[in-house]
Amino acid sequence: MKKDFEPDQANSRQKADKVNDFCMTVCSVNGSGSATANSTLLRSLFHMGIPVSGKNIFPSNIKGLPTWFSIRVSKDGYLARVAHDDIIVQMNPMTFEKDLDYDVPGGVVFYADHIDMPIHREDVVAYPMAVKDLIKEANVPRDLRDYMENMIYVGVVSQMLGIDLDVLHDVLLRQFHKKQTVAESNFEIVKLAADWAKDNLEKKDQYRVETMPPLDDYIMTDGNTAGALGAIYGGFQFCGWYPITPASSLAESLVTFAPRLRKDPETGKNNFAIVQAEDELASIGMAVGAGWAGLRSMTASSGPGISLMTEYMSLAYYSEVPLVLWDVQRVGPSTGLPTRTAQGDLTLNYFLGHGDTNHLILIPSSVSECFDFGWQAFDLAEEFQTPVIVLSDLDLGMNLWMTEKFEYPDQPINRGKTLWEEDLDKITKDWGRYVDLDGDGVPYRTVMGNRHERAPYFARGTGHDEFGNYSEDPDVWRRILDRLKLKFENARERLPKPAVRKFEGAKIGLIAMGSTEHAVIEAQDKLLQVGISTDFMRIRALPFSIEVEEFVRGHDRNYVLELNRDGQLHQILTLDYCDMTHRLISLSYIDGLPMTAGYVIESVVEKEREYHD
Amino acid sequence: MTDARNDVNQIGLTRSDYRGERSTLCPGCGHNTISAQIISACHEMDLDPTKIVKFSGIGCSSKSPTYFLGQSFGFNGLHGRMPSLALGAAFGDTTMKVLGVSGDGDTASIGLGQFKHLIRRNLPMVYIVENNGVYGLTKGQFSATAEKGLELKHQGKNPFLPIDIAKEALIGNASFVARSFAGDPKQVRELLKAALSHNGTSVLDIISPCVSFNNREDTLHSYQWGRQHQAPLHDISYVPTRNAIILDEFEEGETKEVTLHDGSVVILKKLEHDYDPTDKWQALKILEEAENNNWLVTGLIYVDPDQPSLYDYLNLTEEPLNRIEADKLRPSAETLDRINQSMV
Repeated sequence: MKKDFEPDQANSRQKADKVNDFCMTVCSVNGSGSATANSTLLRSLFHMGIPVSGKNIFPSNIKGLPTWFSIRVSKDGYLARVAHDDIIVQMNPMTFEKDLDYDVPGGVVFYADHIDMPIHREDVVAYPMAVKDLIKEANVPRDLRDYMENMIYVGVVSQMLGIDLDVLHDVLLRQFHKKQTVAESNFEIVKLAADWAKDNLEKKDQYRVETMPPLDDYIMTDGNTAGALGAIYGGFQFCGWYPITPASSLAESLVTFAPRLRKDPETGKNNFAIVQAEDELASIGMAVGAGWAGLRSMTASSGPGISLMTEYMSLAYYSEVPLVLWDVQRVGPSTGLPTRTAQGDLTLNYFLGHGDTNHLILIPSSVSECFDFGWQAFDLAEEFQTPVIVLSDLDLGMNLWMTEKFEYPDQPINRGKTLWEEDLDKITKDWGRYVDLDGDGVPYRTVMGNRHERAPYFARGTGHDEFGNYSEDPDVWRRILDRLKLKFENARERLPKPAVRKFEGAKIGLIAMGSTEHAVIEAQDKLLQVGISTDFMRIRALPFSIEVEEFVRGHDRNYVLELNRDGQLHQILTLDYCDMTHRLISLSYIDGLPMTAGYVIESVVEKEREYHD
Repeated sequence: MTDARNDVNQIGLTRSDYRGERSTLCPGCGHNTISAQIISACHEMDLDPTKIVKFSGIGCSSKSPTYFLGQSFGFNGLHGRMPSLALGAAFGDTTMKVLGVSGDGDTASIGLGQFKHLIRRNLPMVYIVENNGVYGLTKGQFSATAEKGLELKHQGKNPFLPIDIAKEALIGNASFVARSFAGDPKQVRELLKAALSHNGTSVLDIISPCVSFNNREDTLHSYQWGRQHQAPLHDISYVPTRNAIILDEFEEGETKEVTLHDGSVVILKKLEHDYDPTDKWQALKILEEAENNNWLVTGLIYVDPDQPSLYDYLNLTEEPLNRIEADKLRPSAETLDRINQSMV
């Protein structure tokens, strides 16, 4: 979130009435159909102009286990998770007691009144919701009752918080793609519940919402959809993929959008191919094949799949095949927590492969940046003739975010140094696939189908010389590996530069990557309020550019905040800047949930206290 | 047909234009015979080497693509994972012929999954397994196609039943399955031609003896055993469309003809028994009988010329994907405006 929503100091001091500033969590049973209800609430708030974010904390399960959906409403535009709830909407008896512990003093609980359990908190406002009675009254068909129960809480909560029912009605129409009767039958229940609440519940809490100026420059979607669209506008031509949480929806979005957007206007035929592979060993193999054959090629996976892809990524690095690999990170090691978020695959990806391997990595922090990196990754992969890994995560990839509108690419497609028949005719020098004609480490490539007599070569993962011939010559091996290193070094300044958010006089640096940006920005503002001025650098790519080094050098202490146990970004920073390890302090942890500003503030304040003691 | 070995073919190329580098495999290796037949088949079929692309996995067999078609692009991939590499690359230009060479170590162990899935998708490509029952490059370990009871130096006796590649292909719904023997170069060559004309995955399981580690006369993958036990299903000849007149040379009743997707014809001259390679049940039966009776059954075991190929499902542009201009790959700014409008 950018500066549009600078914290309004005057408002945040008003404690009496909490307007457009709270977190509400809906607790329900997985598979009960609450997703539509939650998304309706989220989108209605967004349409009222209120900055909002939604986080689905869900189990690795299809039906029956508890699931939570948190909606953060923030007039200041903060989108990060918060650890505690102001409002709980309780539909699940299994978690009734425990969830209540997360409510803040003075908080609210809405609960389905058939959950017959004692409320052990006296410092919260409790509102029963006559879910079953209202469903009976509305005469809902039996097979739709469980689903429609969710629309009851939508109505009650909307009434009690002041969500505009006209806006909600519009949102339902949009959500059901203008299937008017379905939308109307949903709205009927919402209206019934809202009217019931108006007549039966007395407002005793401080939380409410108010319409704000429209969020015209924003849209609401998830990072996987954005990444797929970015790829489509980046000219992707091939995707081999294999289902895995939380990456599946990226490839599935390609399947949805590519046929609409990427048909040849004259023939109506596809200028792309998507193949669901038998596993990740095959999906990466297909991607390498297509990249080698001159297609803009990609695949998407997550930790376990990336592990399986290791050997082909090593081959792609050494045989210099461009491709784009999305890692939508989940929690590892091993199968780990498949439905929770993490930033634990950074070192895995950076060095993915045996022998000396390094990869270029892009790390988006927002949904709109997933779109940007979605197309930029192809240009970089083909410019440097090497795989580019885009490191997203479950929080960014699968959750709904308000984000800046997608911006049309401002650069033409760059296919890199690729030679066709007429290009080879012009090259008089002794061209070979791996000859460094320009001295920048990037050779010129030909692709299959090029019928020039000098074009063909035999690509291989075994030792090869500048002409692609098999070679075990020690000098050749060293020369080729050194050139690959040169190419990698030259990429540093071509990759996206870090994003820096500075405050005057700050001697403390905060360093983070990816979706934790939102927690860090919020913490930065709040730290300033308690007298700690910080600068924030968000790393957007690896290997690091010179700006990263300058930032680290420019701060006495740099706290590196990340969602993994071992501080992987910190590890790579200390590898690159071994003379500045005293300036780099790791503040990493992993529990599967998105980072909160609270964590950043507490851990930085504690460390600062240690320095001042 | 005339021996075109030293002739200039219809596209003006001699046989040596189809050669590759000098083989570094052992002298007498069956794989070298197969490379030679690939060269001959492509030359005799007037194929343009710039319209062929080669792939391989890892092992002795997989080294061989550098020994033929030196004017073709090629990619030597990973162990058992050539099918995925070839499949992705094939989309670069679907007008090209795809030729893959694997071995029994490459296909029947780590590669079994990709092999079966390649077949299931029916990607138009020739998939050759140079099958010798042994790991050569790592010096003589059992492969998964080694027969039960095979004894190898340093390895002892193989206690397990083998994987039969032709059977695996057949059960996996392959549209073209053949078995041959490197000791029968003419049959290898004719089967290769048919495979190169087939619109789908053509599996050629070729027994290709390893002279260094598994060529004892009494073992199943040796030259001598093969020569003594080979039981060809038919005498196979490939006739390209333009030579249709040749069809008249074959006596009626003695032959079976199979017309392939490109109009070429495979003529199968009857030997001892009637055999119909379009009958899958008969194909399975003959493989089972062969195993029980110690026959090396060779020839075109099964073919379904009309099974749809992978390309048929994807509605691709005629123009090779890898030649499409960059500006055609990026949708217009207006389309993105509409997407933005739909996401509020």
